[in-house]
Amino acid sequence: MGQFLVRRILTIIPTLIAISFVIFAVLDLAPGDPTSALPETIDPQVRQQIRKVMGLDEPLPVKYSLWMRQFFVNEPLALIEKAFDVRIGDSENRLRVTSWGSRGTPVMDIILERVPQTLWVVGLAYVVAIVIAVPVGVVSAIRQYSIFDQLGTFFSLVGYSIPTFFTGLLMILLFSVKLKWFPMIYDTNLQVVDWDSFIQQIKQSIMPVAVLGFFQAATLARFTRSSMLDNIPMDYVRTATAKGFGERYVVIGHILRNSLIPVVTLIALGIPAIFSGAIITEQIFRVNGLGALLIGAIQLNDIPLVQTVTFIFAFLIVVFNLIADVVYGVLDPRIRYR
Amino acid sequence: MAVRTETASADELVDELPQRQHRTLWGDVWLRFRRHRLAIFGMVVLFMLIVGVLVGPLVYTVDPEYSFIVDDIDSINQRPSLKYPFGTDDLGRDTLARNIFGGRISLAVGVVAMLVAITFGTLVGVLSGYFRRLDNPLMRFTDLMLSLPSLPLLLVIIMLFRDSLKAWLGPELGIFLLVVFVIGILGWMPTARVVRGSVLSVKEKEFVEAAVSVGTRQHTIVRQHILPNVLSPIIVSATLGVASAILTESALSFLGLGFPSNVPTWGRLLFENKDFITQNPWLVMWPGMFISLTILSINFIGDGLRDALDPRQRR
Repeated sequence: MGQFLVRRILTIIPTLIAISFVIFAVLDLAPGDPTSALPETIDPQVRQQIRKVMGLDEPLPVKYSLWMRQFFVNEPLALIEKAFDVRIGDSENRLRVTSWGSRGTPVMDIILERVPQTLWVVGLAYVVAIVIAVPVGVVSAIRQYSIFDQLGTFFSLVGYSIPTFFTGLLMILLFSVKLKWFPMIYDTNLQVVDWDSFIQQIKQSIMPVAVLGFFQAATLARFTRSSMLDNIPMDYVRTATAKGFGERYVVIGHILRNSLIPVVTLIALGIPAIFSGAIITEQIFRVNGLGALLIGAIQLNDIPLVQTVTFIFAFLIVVFNLIADVVYGVLDPRIRYR
Repeated sequence: MAVRTETASADELVDELPQRQHRTLWGDVWLRFRRHRLAIFGMVVLFMLIVGVLVGPLVYTVDPEYSFIVDDIDSINQRPSLKYPFGTDDLGRDTLARNIFGGRISLAVGVVAMLVAITFGTLVGVLSGYFRRLDNPLMRFTDLMLSLPSLPLLLVIIMLFRDSLKAWLGPELGIFLLVVFVIGILGWMPTARVVRGSVLSVKEKEFVEAAVSVGTRQHTIVRQHILPNVLSPIIVSATLGVASAILTESALSFLGLGFPSNVPTWGRLLFENKDFITQNPWLVMWPGMFISLTILSINFIGDGLRDALDPRQRR
C-alpha cells in the first residue's frame, strides 16, 4: 500500500505537467492579443515595447518554462511565506504570476479571496446531496418496485435531466419573486457577526446550495440504488439473514457497508465536477466565487488569471482521482495494490 | 424402374411449413425497447419536438428577429395571448418564433457534436483495443483528456477563438463549427473507454480467430467483425452524447459565451431573458422547459436502448 501510494503520487507529477502545458499552449496559441484591450491611440512602437516587456515575443518553450518556474516554484514559496509568516530567500524580487486585469495583483491573492464563498456553497451542497441521496438510494433498493422506489427513480432521472441553470431560475421565480422568502442575489459582503446576519447568510445560501445539491443528489441516489441492488442477491446477505439477524442489521451492517464502497469513490470523483458546476450556479445567484472569477477573467482577457483558475480545476480533478483510488483500496480489502 | 416423381422438391417442402415470422436483430431490439414505457414516452416527445422545430417555421411564419414595437409600442414583455402564443420579449420579438428557431440550432449542435465525439471516440477506442502497441499511449492520452476541466476549458477556447473564426467563416457558421467541434473534442473520452473495453472482449472471440486464420486483412476484420459487435455501446453512448452536448451548449450560451445574440438557441434565450424574470416569467419558462424535456426524453431513450441492446437480457 505504501509503495503503491508513493508510485501513484509520483505519476500525478507528469500528468500535472502535461495538463499545465495543454492549458498554457491553448491560451498562448490563441489568436487574441493581450494588448488589444489597450486604447487605440497608443503608438505602435510603444505597443511593441509593451509586448516586449510582457515577454510576448519569446518563443513558446521559453515562455512556458518561465511560467512553470513562476507557477511551480515562486507561487508555492509565496504561499508558504504567507501562511507561516517567514521569509525564504530573496522574496521581494521573486516574480509572481500577476493578473493583467487588476494592476499587477498576484493572481493567487485574488483567488484566495474568492475561495471561501465557493467552498461554502459547494461544500454545503455536497453535504446536502449526500445526506439526501444515500438514504433515498438505500430505501429504493430495499423496497424495489415499490411506490417510493418508482417515485425516487423518476425524480432522480428528472433531477439529473433538468439543467441547473433552469432549476436555479425556477427557484428564483418561486421563492424570490412570488413568495419573497429568499433574496435573489447572494450578498458576498455579508459579515456573519450576530444571529441576524447568520440567519441572513443561511437564507441567501439556501437556493444556490439546493440547486447544486439536488442535481448531485440525483446522480448519487441512482448510483447508490444500483450498488445496493448489486449486493442484495449476494450469498453473504442470505447467510446473514439465515443466521437470524434482523433486517435492519443486515441492511445497515452488511449490504450498506459493502454498497458504499463504490459510492464513496464516486463522491470523491464528483467533487471536482461540482466545482465546475458551481461556475453556473454562481452565475445564476451572483455568488462572487471562483467560477465568477473565471468568467470575469475570460471576459477581460486576463490570461494569467484564466490559466491559474483552470489549472486549479485540473489539479482538483487529478488529486481527487488519486484520493478515490486510495480510498477504494482502503475500504475494499479485496483490492490488492502491487 | 423409374424414380418416383411425386415427391415434392425441397422448395415446395419449405413452402408447406407453417409460416413463421422472421426475427431480425433489430426487430428483437425494437421488441425489447417497446416494453420500456418511459423510453417510448421519450421517443414520442422527442419526435414531436423535432417535428415542431423542423416544420414549425413553415406553419408559424413570424420572423424571430422582427420587433413588434414597430407596430405597437405596448408589445414588449407580453404574456402568452392569442396574438403572441408564447408572449414577446423585452424587444417585442415573438417568443414562439424565437424558441422554434433556437430549437433548430440547439438540436443541430447536439447531433453534430455527438457525431464528432462518437467518431473520434470510436476511432480511439477501436485502435487502442485492437492494436496492443497503441493501447497504452492512447489510453494515457484519454486519461489526460479526462483530467482536463472541460467546462472552464470550453469557455476559454470559445472565448479565444471566437473572433478569428467569426472573421473567417461568418458569425453563424463560424461559431456553430467552433462550438460543435470543441464540445466534440472534449467529449469523446467516455466513448473511447467503453468501445475499447468491448473491442478487447470481442477480439478474443472465436469468429475473430477464424477470420484471422483464413487470412482476412486487419482492416476488414475491424470493419466486418469487430465494429458490428461493439455497436450497442456506441449507440447508447451516442444517444446520451446528444443530451450532454445540448446541455453543454446551453450552459455555454447561458454564460454568455455561446452563439451571438442574433442566433437564439434555447440556452441563449435563457441567458437573454433571465434579467426579465420578474416582468415576464414566461420568457425563461419556455426555453427552460424545452431544454429539460429534450434532455429528459433523450435520457429515457438512452435507458431504454441500454436495456434493449443488452444481450444478457435476451429471451
